Amino acid sequence: MRAFTTLTGIAAPLIRPNVDTDAIIPSREMKGVSKSGLADGLFAGWRYLNERERIPDPNFVLNQPAYAGASILLGGENFGCGSSREHAVWALAEYGFRAVLAPSFAPIFENNCFRNGVLAARLSAEFIDHVATSAGPVSIDLPAQEVKAHDGTTARFDINLEAKEMLVRGLDAIALTLTMSDAIAAFRDRDRSLRPWAYL
Amino acid sequence: MAAPQTLIDKIWDQHLIAPLQGPDALVLIDRVWLHERTGAVALQSLKSAGRPVLAPAQAFCTMDHIVDTRPGRTDATLMPTGAAFITATRQAALEAGITLFDLGDPRQGITHVISPEQGVVLPGLTLICPDSHTSTQGALGALAWGVGSSEAEHALATGALRVAKPKAMRVTVNGELSPGVTAKDLALHLLAALSSGGGAGRVIEYAGSAIRALSVESRMTLCNMGTELAAFSAIIAPDEATFDYLKGRPFAPAGAAWDRAVAHWRTLFSDEGATFDADYTFDAGDVAPMVTWGVSPQHAEPITGAVPAFDTVAHRDTRQSYDRALSYMDIEPGTPLTDLQIDAAFIGSCTNARLSDLRRSAAILKGRRVAPGVRAICVPGSSAVKREAEAEGLDRVFLDAGFEWREAGCSMCFFAGGESFGRQERVVSSTNRNFESRQGPQTRTHLASPETVAASAIAGRLADPRSLAAI
Repeated sequence: MRAFTTLTGIAAPLIRPNVDTDAIIPSREMKGVSKSGLADGLFAGWRYLNERERIPDPNFVLNQPAYAGASILLGGENFGCGSSREHAVWALAEYGFRAVLAPSFAPIFENNCFRNGVLAARLSAEFIDHVATSAGPVSIDLPAQEVKAHDGTTARFDINLEAKEMLVRGLDAIALTLTMSDAIAAFRDRDRSLRPWAYL
Repeated sequence: MAAPQTLIDKIWDQHLIAPLQGPDALVLIDRVWLHERTGAVALQSLKSAGRPVLAPAQAFCTMDHIVDTRPGRTDATLMPTGAAFITATRQAALEAGITLFDLGDPRQGITHVISPEQGVVLPGLTLICPDSHTSTQGALGALAWGVGSSEAEHALATGALRVAKPKAMRVTVNGELSPGVTAKDLALHLLAALSSGGGAGRVIEYAGSAIRALSVESRMTLCNMGTELAAFSAIIAPDEATFDYLKGRPFAPAGAAWDRAVAHWRTLFSDEGATFDADYTFDAGDVAPMVTWGVSPQHAEPITGAVPAFDTVAHRDTRQSYDRALSYMDIEPGTPLTDLQIDAAFIGSCTNARLSDLRRSAAILKGRRVAPGVRAICVPGSSAVKREAEAEGLDRVFLDAGFEWREAGCSMCFFAGGESFGRQERVVSSTNRNFESRQGPQTRTHLASPETVAASAIAGRLADPRSLAAI
């Protein structure tokens, strides 16, 4: 997994409550058995005036020149709610987003971010509004758990220790857990005699 | 004496392999479910990394998300590339040696309908699926939650997941439901009261006399909508109704093993005095049939009410998103909900397409006809539900009323690029999400119980099922 330590980039505001994963990547845009080929369908329902012909809606934030090349997305409450589709994070990452800042995230989406090297950081709605109105690049320092707006204002964010270490070191969760295979096997052996019905 | 524990504490402790950093832990996963929408991606990714499935007998796969539901179906789908997902999933499941409920298999159906039907989910198990509505299966007393594809891969490869212990929230529903009010109405009532973020990463344990009185199928409907509250999952402590439901199911234990399992399951409840991170209590008698008016499941009101003014919903919405919802749905504040004319009615999904849902809808439809111009569709939740409904003659009731009668699958709960309702069409639906364009580009969805969907189909507008039941 790609490591995440620090990032400076343009932050695009999409500050609405309950932005769902159907909106991030509509099911109709998940065309292949693959984790890639999704960036073009990102926010398709909002991004295009005509989806089939891919005619951009100039009013949508990602189509505005000021946010070209944005790598940070600013969101509202309960960001990423709805379907568990990891395609939402794959699409964001493929488009170029490396971090999402929001007051709260839906739990499955937040975890999907961490598993794909994308930082999901919880910050107050006030600070996110401030970042959105302060033109210019935003800096994120994950080891210090701090975000700095262009005008120099900073805010700290909380992040689960485990998720932080996985991101900072770019670790593969499965590889890490496979190093504990003996403990898992021993647990299963013991558990099988206690809860035999759980084993088929 | 040991400290009182919640049901979640007990299940967590029984699955705790090792603590990790901070609140995270390595926990044992007893069951993994896959489906054709994301199953092939997960299995192919494991294969290319050279990682075998640790316990194939504990992994299951079905075809539900994008399969055709029209009679006489094949692998072909109305969505342009759907067949590729189906064939790739079939191939990958076969190679991995996991149990597949394929198209044509009498056990095929929607994951969260067939897992309980087959006895795959059992009380006290941990179960995951790359599908947000996995919380449905908590109705059987399991800790069941939705994950992304990466986590499904992780559990398949290692038999475990790295996960922070979720906090527990108790929702107690006292009293009794009024006639014509269902588990779906309870779920929508709760969403309106607590908002779409009201469960915020917690496991919601439903308790109280009104919950005990619910059938196991109705409990599934209630737990299904837990994910719409942003909950980690939902759960109901197992009881005699749970054991009666599971006894004799194909993957449930039998004989002496059954007795031993039940003895263990009887210990799975929250102890007196156990502490919850949050508590919410209400009376079932205060709940009316509910319907959504906007584009989030929290946008719900009693069917007897009107499109609310902003100041009555301001506690759970911003002005901007409220205005956007009204504009998308093409409605005005103050309009009685029963004045809204509909173009279509849909009964189906992991929320409300079990046999009891179809029976209750059919009781309303019997001897009546769908209003002219309304397209009405019923999609049973599983092939078994379809067969049982047909054996009771329910298919005739639906067909005679003017409903289409389909093969099992997720169908038009969401638009995957194949079938959909029309642009700007107003649909009353027994499903779980009324997001913008969820059921089709620019489609306007009103969520409700199957009874309310049936009554509305007949009336040609949103309708109170109690008004028809009395006729």
